This record gives sequence, structure tokens and C-alpha cells, in this order.
Amino acid sequence: MTDIGSFKVKTGLAEMLKGGVIMDVTTPEQAIIAEEAGACAVMALERVPSDIRAEGGVARMADPSIVQSIMAVVSIPVMAKARIGHFVEARILEALGADYIDESEVLTPADDSYHINKHDFKVPFVCGCRNLGEALRRIGEGAAMIRTKGEPGTGNVIEAVRHMRTVMSEIRALTLTPKEELMSAAKNMGAPYDLVLYVAEHGKLPVVNFAAGGIATPADAALMMHLGVDGIFVGSGIFKSGDPKARAKAIVMATTHYKDAKLLAEISKDLGQPMSGIEISTLTESQRMQERGW
Amino acid sequence: MKKRVGVLALQGAFREHRQVLEKLGCDVVEVRKTSDLDGIQGLIIPGGESTTIGKLLRIDEMGDKIKELGAKDMPIFGTCAGMILLSKTIVDSEQYSLNLMDTVVERNAFGRQIASFETDLQVPALGVNPLRAVFIRAPYLKEVAPNVGILAEYNGKIVFVRQGNLLASAFHPELTSDHRVHQYFLKMIDEH
Repeated sequence: MTDIGSFKVKTGLAEMLKGGVIMDVTTPEQAIIAEEAGACAVMALERVPSDIRAEGGVARMADPSIVQSIMAVVSIPVMAKARIGHFVEARILEALGADYIDESEVLTPADDSYHINKHDFKVPFVCGCRNLGEALRRIGEGAAMIRTKGEPGTGNVIEAVRHMRTVMSEIRALTLTPKEELMSAAKNMGAPYDLVLYVAEHGKLPVVNFAAGGIATPADAALMMHLGVDGIFVGSGIFKSGDPKARAKAIVMATTHYKDAKLLAEISKDLGQPMSGIEISTLTESQRMQERGW
Repeated sequence: MKKRVGVLALQGAFREHRQVLEKLGCDVVEVRKTSDLDGIQGLIIPGGESTTIGKLLRIDEMGDKIKELGAKDMPIFGTCAGMILLSKTIVDSEQYSLNLMDTVVERNAFGRQIASFETDLQVPALGVNPLRAVFIRAPYLKEVAPNVGILAEYNGKIVFVRQGNLLASAFHPELTSDHRVHQYFLKMIDEH
């Protein structure tokens, strides 16, 4: 029996992206630079997070012609973002043939109560999380890949680190929790019981987990790999820096060779200006994208 | 003695291959730099993005070393991106290739992710029971030279082949619990 779009092929693509870097791009030219640098996928969008942050207003799904023009010039997978809860934007992206949809807090949410029922789609979804409960709720809704939320468009890695450390320590805690306490753990973290059981038994998420939100340097990428993520999303960090080509290539190499400090020293040299960063404490609550979604 | 098998660990699903090989009793080496190739008896090139892996293979001439080992008859098994990297001809692409197999490969030949699928595949060399095969943005071989043995086809497309010490599949045997493909590859190492 042939099965198209099964959960296995959805999670399977994420497995193939592991150890790689997914780069935000807004034009076909940027997409080509990303592919040339060794990106394992690109995220097609209209504005990178730092511009969304600077310009304000409502951020929506990209114009389909942008997504299509990017799909036309690269052979690697092309992802695109839909607003949280906006299942029609997701349907449009699916119809365009996007390879993965990011139901993303970087865009302005369309629904403040409900996320998309992702099981309903043939195209796979990736969703952000700040902790294990949030990750398992999204997987329960059908997400085939998870990423940390971090704080997008800041070039400041602290929130991604916080979210990854939180997820990992909550996973470790579950593996040490006796079975009769797991239902209570599921209740407390607001996560589906069967997924809590899975994590307790296997000591890992049932899907691939990437880092996102604030990664700006090769060292940032290597740091997140050390913390146990499977791969890296870079949003504003590449095309808002002084030398996108060199920086993109260096972040790809750092993600593969994250344990090799000598090599990291070499590839971190002469990359020009990184994107200018934002100290998180200067953001008001309404400016914190990570608070979007639940 | 345990077989020492390398898994190219530059990018992609190398962990899954590692786990299967360990289950089958191998000593597994994650190959990230050229010196990691020393002393291995076979190498798996995993699924992932073939363009990404190809770029990382150029560093430190690791690709050249793998070519040399392949030409010297060390068994090499490529899955999906690995099949692409092993093929001498890649349709409509100038990307990096290890240039080892006399095959013409087309990337994303079944379509984009939305067309990815799993199916039951008949593989006579692995016995009568069909093999559950997972195809993800998968390639297939458009042409193969007479010295390339076809092990499986899907809807008339060539998806699993062997050329002497080289084995290549368009699908992902590391993502299922049926380990017959890996066992077949380990037998190739034994016979080597």
C-alpha cells in the first residue's frame, strides 16, 4: 500500500535536515546565496524578523509569487511561514508546493486561542516552543518538527538557550519520573499523555528539534548544537550582517563541526559585522514574539 | 571481531544509520574529517541534502579520499542523497559528485515533499517479503550501465542498485525497523 504524506514522511524530511542550517531568505538572489553556502533548506518570507520588528504593523504570509520565485531557483527544500491559527494561509502554501510550513510567532497571530490542526494537511509543519509542554502540544496537533522560539530578530541567543535548556531538563526529569506520576506530569505541563509517555521512555522528543530565534554567529550555532538541538534556523542573522556569503558558509561549517574549537576559531575569522543585536530586557512584553501562541 | 563501519556525519540522517548498525553489532565511526576514514571496512553515505553534503565533502579533500577508497573496492552504501553523490551523472546539475557509479540520477524525481510517500517494495535479493520503503523528495536512476545490477524498481523507476562494492537506494532503510538492507550491505563487507 502506498501512503502519501504520512506522518513518517513528514518527520522523515526533518530527519534529513538534521545537522544542517535553514536560512531565512526574501528574494531568489538570497536563496541562491544560501544554497551556495550549503544551507539544507531555505525559509521564504517577505521580511526577515528584525525588519518585521523595526517596521511594525501586521506581518502576514509572504506573497505567493515570492515563494514561487524562490522555489524556482533552488533545488533544496523551501519552507514558508503561516500565521498561528491561519489554516487558510497554510492551505495556500500547501497548494503552492512549499515543502514545510512554519506556523510561526514571527508573523502576527491570526487566532489567539487555537493553533492549526496540522494532521489535516499533507505538507509537514514546524512549530516553535519555549518548553516541553508547548512542544508536545504542537506535536499533538500534528507538528512533524519542533524548534525553539528564542526571540526572533534580536541577534541575541539567550532566549533560544533558555528554551533549549528548559526542554532538555524537562525531558531528563521525565525519564526519572515513576510511571504512576506521569499522568500528573502530563496534567501539569498541559501535554498529551501518550507523548509524555513516549518522552519518559525514550528520553527525547518524538520529532526533530532545531534551534531558532537569535542565532547570529558560527559560535551561536555551535553552542546550540552542544545543547542538543538537531540543527539551526538562522533568520535575520545572515542577510542583516555585513558579509552574508561568508557568514552563511561559516555557520554551515560550524553546525557540522561544532565540537572542533580549533576549526571554529578559523571559520569565525574575518566575517565582517554581525547583525546589530537587541538586549532582551529592553523589549516590552508586546514586543516579545515568543509570547505569541501557547 | 566487530565490523568497523563508517557513517558520513556531515549533515543528514546519520544518527539513524548509526543506530541500525549498532543494533546489528557493528563498531560505528561517525566520519566528519578525513582521518576518521582510517581503518573503516565500509562506509554509509546517509540521506540529507546532497548539495550541503557535497560542499562539506570538498573541505580537506575528504571527497577525494572517499573516491579513492571506493575505487579500491571498499564497500560504500548511499541512501537518497548518498545515491546522488555516488552517481557519475546528475541530471540538470553541476553539483559535487563522488563520480563512482555508472548511473544517471535525477534529483527530487518524484516531486516535492508533498509527493513524498512510503510503499511496499518487492526486492527479490532480500527475500519474498516486501520491504517497507520511505521515499522523501527522492531521486531515481534514469539510466544505469550494463555493469549495474538493478535490485528494485518502483512503478518502472530504478530505486535500488548494486555495482560491485557500491550499493545505492533512493529510499531510506534507516527509517524503518526492517534491517534487511543494512544486513545485505554488511554481507558485502564480509565478502570483500
